[in-house]
Amino acid sequence: MKFLMLGNEAVARGAYEAGVRFASAYPGTPSTEITEYISSYDEVFSEWAPNEKVAVEAALGASLAGARSMSAMKHVGLNVAADPLFTASYTGVNAGFLICVADDPGMHSSQNEQDSRHYARASKTLMLEPSDSMECLYFTTRAFELSETFDTPVLLRLTTRVSHSRSLADQGARREFKRAYKRDPQKYVMMPAMAQKRHKFVEERVLALKAFAESTDLNAVEYNDKRIGVITSGMSYNYAKDALGDKASYLKLGVVYPLPETLITDFAANVDECYVLEELDPYIEEHCRALGLNVKGKAYFTALGEYSAKLIREVILNEPPEKTAGIPGLPGRPPVMCAGCPHRAVFYALKQIPGLIVSGDIGCYTLGALQPLNMMDSCVCMGASVSMAHGMDKTGSRAVAVIGDSTFIHSGVTGLIDIVYNKGSSTVIILDNSITGMTGHQNNPANGMTIKGEPTRQVDLKKLCNAVGVDRVFTVDPFDLKGFTKLVKTELEQNEPSVIIARRPCALLKTVSFGAPYVIDKEKCVKCGMCLKIGCPAIFKAADGKSAIDSTLCAGCAYCTNLCNFDSIIKGGGQA
Amino acid sequence: MTSILIVGVGGQGTLLTSRILGSLAISMGYDVKVSEVHGMSQRGGSVTTYVRYSDERVYSPLIDEAGADIILAFEKLEACRAVKYLKIGGAIIVNTQQINPMPVITGAAVYPDNTLDLLAESGAAVYAADALSMAVSAGNAKTVNIALLGVLASHMDIEKEKWLETLKITIPARLLDINLKAFELGYGGSY
Ligand SMILES: Cc1ncc(C[n+]2csc(CCOP(=O)(O)OP(=O)(O)O)c2C)c(N)n1
Repeated sequence: MKFLMLGNEAVARGAYEAGVRFASAYPGTPSTEITEYISSYDEVFSEWAPNEKVAVEAALGASLAGARSMSAMKHVGLNVAADPLFTASYTGVNAGFLICVADDPGMHSSQNEQDSRHYARASKTLMLEPSDSMECLYFTTRAFELSETFDTPVLLRLTTRVSHSRSLADQGARREFKRAYKRDPQKYVMMPAMAQKRHKFVEERVLALKAFAESTDLNAVEYNDKRIGVITSGMSYNYAKDALGDKASYLKLGVVYPLPETLITDFAANVDECYVLEELDPYIEEHCRALGLNVKGKAYFTALGEYSAKLIREVILNEPPEKTAGIPGLPGRPPVMCAGCPHRAVFYALKQIPGLIVSGDIGCYTLGALQPLNMMDSCVCMGASVSMAHGMDKTGSRAVAVIGDSTFIHSGVTGLIDIVYNKGSSTVIILDNSITGMTGHQNNPANGMTIKGEPTRQVDLKKLCNAVGVDRVFTVDPFDLKGFTKLVKTELEQNEPSVIIARRPCALLKTVSFGAPYVIDKEKCVKCGMCLKIGCPAIFKAADGKSAIDSTLCAGCAYCTNLCNFDSIIKGGGQA
Repeated sequence: MTSILIVGVGGQGTLLTSRILGSLAISMGYDVKVSEVHGMSQRGGSVTTYVRYSDERVYSPLIDEAGADIILAFEKLEACRAVKYLKIGGAIIVNTQQINPMPVITGAAVYPDNTLDLLAESGAAVYAADALSMAVSAGNAKTVNIALLGVLASHMDIEKEKWLETLKITIPARLLDINLKAFELGYGGSY
C-alpha cells in the first residue's frame, strides 16, 4: 500500500524494514525527522547522542556487534563525524552500516552550503542519492545489503527538498536481521600494520564498487530526444524532468560515489549537447571533465542555492519564463525569537553592558544577532562560542560566550576545558532552556529525557563545570533583568573563568504556561517605545502611537513589564 | 497539474493544511507531492508550503514563479509577497489577519495599509476572509488553518463530502468536532 511520506520518514521506514536494530544521531535540519521517526519503532534501539562523532561511533560499534545500524546528520554534522567515517571505511562493517547526510542547498537552516559528496570520494565510501520518498525507502533498504556485500559503510545523501517533501511510497514488512560478532583484530584494530592491509582492501573495494555502479538499477538511463542530454541526480532530476520532459535524455545517478565512468561516457557520446545538473559544487562535472568529456555545467548553472525547473528552462531551452508582476517594497519577515522566549532576556541584559563582545553559537539564540537586539559578534560552528571567547580574552578583548544547553554538551565543554587548563578567565553563559530548540524540540543529556521521552540520568551542568575546574558557577533566571545583568558584570571582572547558567524553559514546551496575555493600559502608555526594544513579536506600535499587544501572539511571560517605567503593561483578563 | 501554494507565518499551522490537501488528492487517485518547511524559518518567519497533484506523475515538489493555480495565504503581507507565484488569472485566498514582522515592530519598515488593494491591482482574483474570527467562533483560535481550508474548499471543484472524509482521517478525534465547525464556517463564508 502507498503512503504519502516525508522523505525522512521514508528513510526511517526503509531502515525499519531492513531490520535496523540501532540508530544513534544528533539532530540537525534537514535530517532530524529520520531519527525521530525511527524512535517510533520499538524494535529499534534509538538514541540522541551528544554529537555526530559519538553517534557514528556508537552505530559502528553496533554494526561490528552484528546489528544493522545507522546514524543521520546534517551536512556540517559529517564534519564532526569525519574522523570515525574515514577509518570506518578501512574497518568496514559486520552488519550493514548506514550514514545519512542531509545537505541544505539554499541554506534554509544552516551556516554554510557545503557539499557532502566530497566526503564520499575522500573517504572512498559508497554514496547513494535518492530523488523522492519512494527512492528514499528503496535506496535505504538497498544500502544495508550493499554495505554487507562490499564491506563498507554507506552514505545516503539527501537534500532539504528530498528530506522535507512528501510523496508516495510503498510500505513493506520488516525483516529481522542479525549477525554473530566475529573477533577480527586484523580488520577492526586500526594501527599501522593492520591499516596498511586495510587500505589495500579499500582501493580494491573502490574498483569493485565502480563495476557495481556500471550495472546497478540505482542508475538509470532514459533516452528521449537526443539533442539534449542531462546527467543529474537527486532533486535536480525532478526539476529537469519538469523543465524538459521528453525534450531531453537523462542519465539519473542514484550512485554518486563511485561514478559509473563507462555509463557516463556512453551517455555523453549518444547526445548532442550534454549538461550536468547538480546543485552546489561541480562534483559530477569535474569527474566528467577528467574523463575528457565536454559537458556543460557551472559555466551555465550557479553553485549557489537551489535550482528550479524555471532556471533549467531558461538556460537550456532559452525560454523566457512567464512572469506576473510581484509587489515591490514589502517589509521582510525574518525569523524571530518566540514570544516568551528566555533567550531574548539574556541578549537584552547583555545589551546593557557597553563595549562587550558576544561570541555566539548555533541555536535559537543565534536570532539574538538580528534587530532589534543585535547582540552577537560571531557565530561559526557548534561549540565555537566558548573557544573563540577564550582566544579573544587572551588577546585583550572583553568577550562573553553564549551557548545553548544542547550545543554546550555537543562541543562547548571541550572549549571550557581549554579555558580552565590554559588559565583563561572567560565568562560563559549557558542558555539552558531544557531542550534542543532550533531543530524542533529534541531531548538532550542536559534535560534528563531520552529520545522516547523516558526519564534518564540528567547531566548536572553545574557539577560538570565545577568538575572541569570552574569554581564560579551560577544558576540564574534571565527574566530577572537587574540581577542577571549585575551578575554578568561582576563575572566579567573576575580573573578566573565563570559559567552563568541562564535557566528558564523554552516557552513552547508543553509544561510552560504563563496564563493570560498582557495588555497595554492606554491611559498610562506614554509612547516611549521602551517595550519595543526587546523585539517581542507580540508588541507593536498601534496607529495612535501607543504600544499594543497582539493577544493571539502574547505568551503572557511578563518580561516586557521589566521595561515599562509607567506600569502600563498589565495582565489581561482574556483566555489563557 | 494543480499547484497550490500555501504561505503564512511560522507557527500558524500551514503544515497541517498542506498535509490534509495532500491526503485529499491521494484519495482522489492523483499523484501528489508536498514540500514542507522545517527548521529555522518556523520561528515566526515567512513560510511557504507547496502542494502539487496531477493524474500524471508529479516530479518537482516546488512551484515556480507564475506557476500556482491558487494561493492560500494565512496572512495579508505574506499574500502580497507570494503573489508573484500566481499564474495569470489565478486565485488568491487571503486571511485578513495582520501579523507584524520585526522590521515593522522596530520601525524600520511600514506595514502596507492597503494589502487587499495591492493584491487586486496585481490582477489576481482575491477572496478575503476573516478566518481568525471564524476560528474564534468555532471555539479555538488555533483552528484558523481549517477555517481557511473551508474557504479554499468552497472555491474548488471538489465535492464537499470528500473534504469532510479527509478531515475525519487526518485530524485527531478529540479535536475533530471543533475543526469541522471551523471548516463549515469557512465553507459557508460566514461566522
Ligand atoms: C555540527 C552541527 N550539528 C547540528 C547542527 C544543528 N543545530 C543547530 S543548533 C542546534 C541545537 C541547538 O540547541 P541548543 O543549543 O539547546 O539551543 P536552543 O536552540 O534550544 O536555543 C542544532 C542541533 C549544527 N548546526 N551543526
